[in-house]
Parts: sequence; C-alpha cells; structure tokens
Amino acid sequence: MPAAPSPSLPPALTAVPPPAPFAEPGAEPGRTIVDVRNLTLTYQAADHPVYALSDVSLSIAQGDFISLIGPSGCGKTTLMRVIADLEQPTGGTVLVNGMTPEQARLKRAYGYVFQAPALYPWRTVERNVTLPLEIMGIPRGERQTRAREQLERVGLAGFERKFPWQLSGGMQQRVSIARALAFNPDLLLMDEPFGALDEITRDHLNLQLTQLWRRTRKTCVFVTHSIAEAVFLSTRIVVMSPRPGRILDVIDCARDLPPERTLDIRESPEFQRIAHRVREGLMEGHSYDD
Amino acid sequence: MIGVASRQPRPAMAPGPLVALLAPLLPLGGVAGHSVGFVDSPVAVAGLVLLVGTLLLRRLAVGALSEAVILSVGVAAGYGATLRLLADGLAPDAGLWLLLLGATLLLGRVLRLLAEVSGPARHACPALFGLAILLLWEILTRGLQVPAILLPPPSAIAAAFATNAADLWDDFRQTVLISVLRGYLLGCGAGFAVAILADRVPFLARGLLPLGNLASAIPVVGVAPIMVMWFGFDWQSKAAVIVVMTFFPMLINTLAGLASAERIQLDLMRSYAAGYWRSLLLLRLPCALPFLFNGLKINSTLALIGAIVAEFFGTPVVGMGFRISTQVARMNLDVVWASITVAALTGSLLYGALALAERRVTAWHPSFRKR
Ligand SMILES: Nc1ncnc2c1ncn2[C@@H]1O[C@H](COP(=O)(O)OP(=O)(O)OP(=O)(O)O)[C@@H](O)[C@H]1O
Ligand SMILES: [Mg+2]
Repeated sequence: MPAAPSPSLPPALTAVPPPAPFAEPGAEPGRTIVDVRNLTLTYQAADHPVYALSDVSLSIAQGDFISLIGPSGCGKTTLMRVIADLEQPTGGTVLVNGMTPEQARLKRAYGYVFQAPALYPWRTVERNVTLPLEIMGIPRGERQTRAREQLERVGLAGFERKFPWQLSGGMQQRVSIARALAFNPDLLLMDEPFGALDEITRDHLNLQLTQLWRRTRKTCVFVTHSIAEAVFLSTRIVVMSPRPGRILDVIDCARDLPPERTLDIRESPEFQRIAHRVREGLMEGHSYDD
Repeated sequence: MIGVASRQPRPAMAPGPLVALLAPLLPLGGVAGHSVGFVDSPVAVAGLVLLVGTLLLRRLAVGALSEAVILSVGVAAGYGATLRLLADGLAPDAGLWLLLLGATLLLGRVLRLLAEVSGPARHACPALFGLAILLLWEILTRGLQVPAILLPPPSAIAAAFATNAADLWDDFRQTVLISVLRGYLLGCGAGFAVAILADRVPFLARGLLPLGNLASAIPVVGVAPIMVMWFGFDWQSKAAVIVVMTFFPMLINTLAGLASAERIQLDLMRSYAAGYWRSLLLLRLPCALPFLFNGLKINSTLALIGAIVAEFFGTPVVGMGFRISTQVARMNLDVVWASITVAALTGSLLYGALALAERRVTAWHPSFRKR
C-alpha cells in the first residue's frame, strides 16, 4: 500500500515552527488551538477554599465546536474565564495557539459572550456592537456595515437606534452575541448565550449559529444547560461535574452526526443515543451530591 | 382612563372659603384713626362679591383646570382688594383679615386642583404657590407694620433692586463672573485631575481620602482670612477659598465614579485588550458621569457660599459679600435683601443648569431613563 502523501511541509521549514499566525479562514483543521493541561483553580473564599476546577485537561482543535455541560457551579464559567485570561489558574497550564492566554488576549483572539449581556447603557444597540471594532481601529463605515449585518443575523434589524434598557433580556443577550460575532475573533467563547430565550428563538439562533460555524469553521466553546442544544451544535460535548469541578466524559458527536445539521436531526436515533449518553453522564455527576 | 382626565371626579369642596361671608359683620380697619365699616368700602365689597361669585360659578367648570381658573379669579379679587386697601393707608382689622383668610382657603382649593393636572399646566401649581408666598409676605409685613429692619416687604426689596441695579450688577460680575467661575473651574478641574492621577497611583488615593474628611470639616470663616492674607484682596483669594472647598468633593466623587464600573463591563474591555486610557474613556468615565455631576452640583452651591463669605474679609470695594457686610452696618436692609435675592437666584440657576445638563448627558441612567 503506497504511503499517503504527507501534507506536511519539508523538514527545513517545519524545524522552526512558524510564529503562530492566528487561524485565518482555511487554516488546516485538526491543529490544536486550545491546550488545557492539569488545570486547577481554587478560589480562596472567606472561610474555606472552593475547588472550582480540579485537574482538568482538554484539547480543542481548530474548527471544533465544544459544548461544556454540567450542573450549576461545576466550573464551566471558570474554565472559560481561564482560557480567556480573565482568571489566573492555581495550577496547570493553558496554551492558546501556542501562546499564553494573555498573549492571545492581547492579540484580540477572543470573542467572549458573557453569561449576562454586559451592554453599555449609554450606547445605542448599534454602538454597542461597534465597540470592539472601534477599539480595533476599524473605519466607521465598515463598523456600521458589520454591525448591521450581525444584528440582522440575530433578528434585531431595526433596533440599531434603541438603547439596551429599551430591550428585553433575551434581546439584550442577542445584541451581545452580535457584538462578539461582528468582531470576528478566532475563538468564540459563549457562556449560556441562549439561556434567556424562548424555544422558537433559540431554535432559530441554534440554526444560525451552526450555519455560521459550518461556513467559517470558527473554533467555538459553548456553555449550555440544554442537552439537545449541546448535541445539536457540537462536534464534542464535555460533561463536567462539581465539587471539585472536573471533566467526567467527552462525547464525540461529529462521528455520528453530519456536519450539516437541520433541526429535524433531533429526531434521529443517533441524536437520541448521544443525548442519552450525555444525560447518563450528568446523572452520574449529580450522584456525587447524595 | 387616558385622555379624559378632565372628567375624573374632582375632590369635594370644603366650605372653608365661606368664612369670608362673616367679614361684613366686622370692622374693616381704620384710616387716620377713624374706623371704617366693611360695607363702607366699595373695594372690600367688590372683592367679597367676586370671591363668593366664583364659588357659585365653579359649577360651570368641566374639569379640574377650568375650575382652578374660575376660582383663581376669586382668589385674585380677595388678595387684590386687600393690597389695594393697604395701599390706601388702611390699618387692617378683623374684617379685612377674614376676607384674606377666605381668599387664602380658596387658594388652597386652587392649588389642590392644579396639583393633579398634567401637561404644560403642571407648572402652574408651584408658580402660583411661589406667587402666593410673595403676596402674603407683602400683605403681612404691611398690614402688621413689621419694621423694615426685621423684614422688608417684597415691594421694598424690588425698589431697592431697581435703585441699586448698577451696584448689584458690579457685585454680580465681581463675585460670580470672576471669583466663583474661576475658583469653581480651578477647584473642580484640580479635583478631577488629581482623581485620575490617584486612580493610577494607589497611594495617592489612600493618602488623600482621609484628608478629604478633614478638609470638609474646615470652617470657611477660618480659611477665608488666611487666603486673603496669602493672595490679597482681589479675586485670587476668593478663588483660593473656593478651591479649598470644592477640591475634595470633586476628588471623592470622581474616585467613587471611576470605581463604579461593573466587573463584567471591565472584563469585556479586558477581553478586547483595551488599554488603560481606552477603558477610561469608553467605559469608566461614562460610568462615572452621574458621580461627576453630583460633585459639580454640590460644588456650585459651595463655591457661591465660599466667595460671599470670603468677601467679608476683604475685597476691592465691590462684591456681593462686601455689599452685604457694608449695607448691614448702615441698616440698609432692603439692599441686603436685594443682594441675597441675587445670590439665591444665581445659586439656583447654576444648580438648575447643571441638573438639566445631567439629565441630557446621563439620560441612560436608571434615575432618568424613559422607555
Ligand atoms: N470569584 C469567585 N470567588 C469565589 N468563588 C467563586 C468565584 N467564582 C466562582 N466561584 C465558585 O466556583 C464554582 C464554579 O463557578 P462557575 O461560575 O464556574 O460555575 P458554572 O459552572 O459556570 O455555573 P452556572 O451553570 O451556574 O453558571 C462555584 O462553586 C462558585 O461558587
Ligand atoms: Mg456559569
């Protein structure tokens, strides 16, 4: 059997790894983009330490869509915050595209959708979406077109001139999603972005998100409490459990589910089987409480 | 229901204003030692008839506003007749006081009606209230012959205002346009600038904040003479007093404002790798605006007080504080009152302008926002 032609570059060029250019679209999939090793994080609360993360190892490849699922307080937000350099770990290492999280942050690699909308009330909806673009020095005209495009994607066309406090909680959260998308980061970190939405809007945005992801192959880390949402969107699902926060199971969805997903795959037996396995994992995590 | 507010049931009418009907039974007052009966005075009778007449006419009213308009004619008649009789030299007696009481009770009814109307007419209630206080002040000081040294009637103050207009304007220019404005800008500007500095240099904030408590307890009358000795009689010493008074309120408010941005909003800036100045400009200063305005508003009153008090300790012979101190010594209390009026109007205008600016600039803040 002839050896498969190696796609790798000649040794002369790979000996010195190129200074990690951030994944432009079309960067080879499969390359590790986030590498978390033996991560431990202990919060020093007033009376006793809180073991938010304990020996967490996870590797996220370019183009992955990873969902974190687990009971409340199991450290999902904390893990994302460590990756985004918003929290310092007490042990272990995190590398983002070969760099420390801080270096990656300074290169503006992260689009973080927080658990709360975090909009600036003195800015209109549109100017909230253009905020990161302003900071990056993108010209006004382009800022506006990008903002409008993303607001339309999340179903908020026509609300550009409103102020955040004139919008419902779910609409505010959609503005914050549009804000993260407009800035076109290499790594999208989304903390329960659809938690406050009704079922129909949620389905619609799930579809939008999976289509966006398939088109751009942007690496996403996504926190959710919905099993169906996790299975529908992800290439891999990370099941976590609390006290101390750790990873129980990593479930591959890309193998059994097609990359191109429509809402009716939720009825398929493969989908049901994966959902069942996630549920088992969650229940196992909960049993530690008893 | 919206839009038919005028048909809402109006509050019931208390019979109070009818006490005026007893007035004709009592002596009206005296002119040059001769007693005058109520019915002998056509002015008093006309006032009473109009007052009672509007009480009957009020049935024609369709809403709160129109009833208030009708009844205010009766109030005006009662007050007008009283003022007219006092101007004619009448020394008032029970009959006139009863007419005034009836008119005042009727005014109470008018104010109660006006308090409920909305739209542009809602300003009528406070305006009428203020006007009524001025009129009562006028009537009571004249009718009870209060010595002008203790409390001159508003008309005397207005007359003093007119005859001393040139002096008062010079005082205003010296005190407000020169001393207060410069001192205020210096004090607030320095407080703000040092706050920004202290935000970057933590030991400054920790060292300065306890001093702020000390400074707020310093009496102006102690600082003012010292500043006059240091900086001389002209505006510089007044501005220095104002800087001492306004610096710390501004510093403390700015620091509190800069600390008021929420953690998650700061995290967002951090995730965009925004530098110190970027997050200051785009996040922390907008968050601080309500606090900044608080400082500016407090300081607007402090600055005026500081300048006037400081002028007691030496000025080039002009300025509101100088005017007050010299005219008190000469017993020209009407001029003193005119000066006080200028100061009070200036203070409230400054404060009002700042409050208006605040409303515009921080319309997004929960205390102002309208959906
Ligand atoms: N700043 C902090 N100080 C102390 N303890 C903290 C802090 N932040 C989080 N924790 C604790 O760490 C644990 C993990 O919190 P985390 O926010 O990561 O949970 P989560 O999985 O995101 O939960 P949820 O699904 O409710 O959002 C919790 O027990 C929490 O109490
Ligand atoms: Mg969370």
